[in-house]
Amino acid sequence: MSTKQIDARGLSCPQPVVLVDRAIAGGNIDLEIWVDNEVARENVSRLINRRGMKADISQNGPDIIIRTVKS
Amino acid sequence: MKNIFSTRAGIIIVGAVIGIGAALLQYFGNPPNMGICVACFERDMAGGLGLHRADVVQYLRPEIMGFVLGAFVAALFAGEYKPRGGSSPLIRFFLGIFAMLGALVFLGCPWRSLLRLAGGDGNAILGIAGLIAGIFIGVLFLKNGYSLGRSYAQRKASGWVFPALMVGLFLLLVFKVSFAPGGPIFFSIKGPGSQHAPILISIIAGLIIGAIAQRSRFCTMGAFRDVMLIKDFHLISGVAALLVFAFATNLILGQFHPGFEGQPIAHTDHVWNFLGMALSGLAFVLAGGCPGRQLFLSGEGDMDAAIFATGMIVGAGIAHNFAMASSPKGIAAFGPAAVVVGFLFCLVIGLTQRDKISA
Repeated sequence: MSTKQIDARGLSCPQPVVLVDRAIAGGNIDLEIWVDNEVARENVSRLINRRGMKADISQNGPDIIIRTVKS
Repeated sequence: MKNIFSTRAGIIIVGAVIGIGAALLQYFGNPPNMGICVACFERDMAGGLGLHRADVVQYLRPEIMGFVLGAFVAALFAGEYKPRGGSSPLIRFFLGIFAMLGALVFLGCPWRSLLRLAGGDGNAILGIAGLIAGIFIGVLFLKNGYSLGRSYAQRKASGWVFPALMVGLFLLLVFKVSFAPGGPIFFSIKGPGSQHAPILISIIAGLIIGAIAQRSRFCTMGAFRDVMLIKDFHLISGVAALLVFAFATNLILGQFHPGFEGQPIAHTDHVWNFLGMALSGLAFVLAGGCPGRQLFLSGEGDMDAAIFATGMIVGAGIAHNFAMASSPKGIAAFGPAAVVVGFLFCLVIGLTQRDKISA
């Protein structure tokens, strides 16, 4: 399956988490999530960990990119 | 950089500090079962500024200023100071107004509902139950795609406005500025507004809590919401710590008095205690944070949160001017009307504000 992109920039929590949770529930486990604040990074990473995956974090200018990695 | 406060241990420490701090602030002079109440203290500030003339609840509370400024400094040092805004500001303003109207029917924000329980006030159980019910309704909206839309980065300087306002208010407090004989600035000489810890203790407590709450993302509404929405028990462990440590400190200081009748700054109207807090809980979910969290976000440069907080202060003026705010004698004549209108507003917002972001 190809990587699914979720643009959660500018969204305040819990919306980034809701979007990611919905995607995982829909069977998408290969995700690339764009957020723009630390709180969203922490919350989305925590959700990914709790769903049995690892979160790979990288920075792109002001944005943070979170990729799911099977653990 | 590792943020220790965002760990499970971190959030528990922060909850404990707030719980112990609130009980100690009562010991040092803040009103009983109201060591820290964001809604009550914003209401006192509205009174100090003369936005309402209820002469028993007028004081410029340094704790509120400390929350914003402590969060501001913590965010600056952590590189998290990011001015942003533009996510449905007017809706957030009115959510703030109605959140305050609901809170003043119950007589407390989520923090105070926990502190009231920790002080033995059984009426708080109804408030907390209402809070959870309101949050549950909000969670249903979130599951159906509720969103107030994206916020956008703003210029660096714009995030200073709210912290600067707090500095200004602090100066008005310290110098007891009087704009006319008798006020404003108004300072209660009797009632809860006259009960306060020394300014220095209050501002230091506020700054510390503001800083660690910014780092930990402490939020009472978010705690219950996350449990219901994604079964995440991270934030709720901090809320539990607040309750437990405030209770323990109250026991030690002799501030625990169990019962329903005659509790300080509380009434025993179970129905409206429940419904008032339910309205607040719903408004908090729709706005994305409890009153405390909104202040910490304001310090980080979140102008949407600052608008919500401003709405709460204006809402306090409305609550007292239009006979909507309860008193220890019971609910006020127009309290129920305020709750009904507030629920209508929140339901319309919840149903109409939806993003078609497919997932």
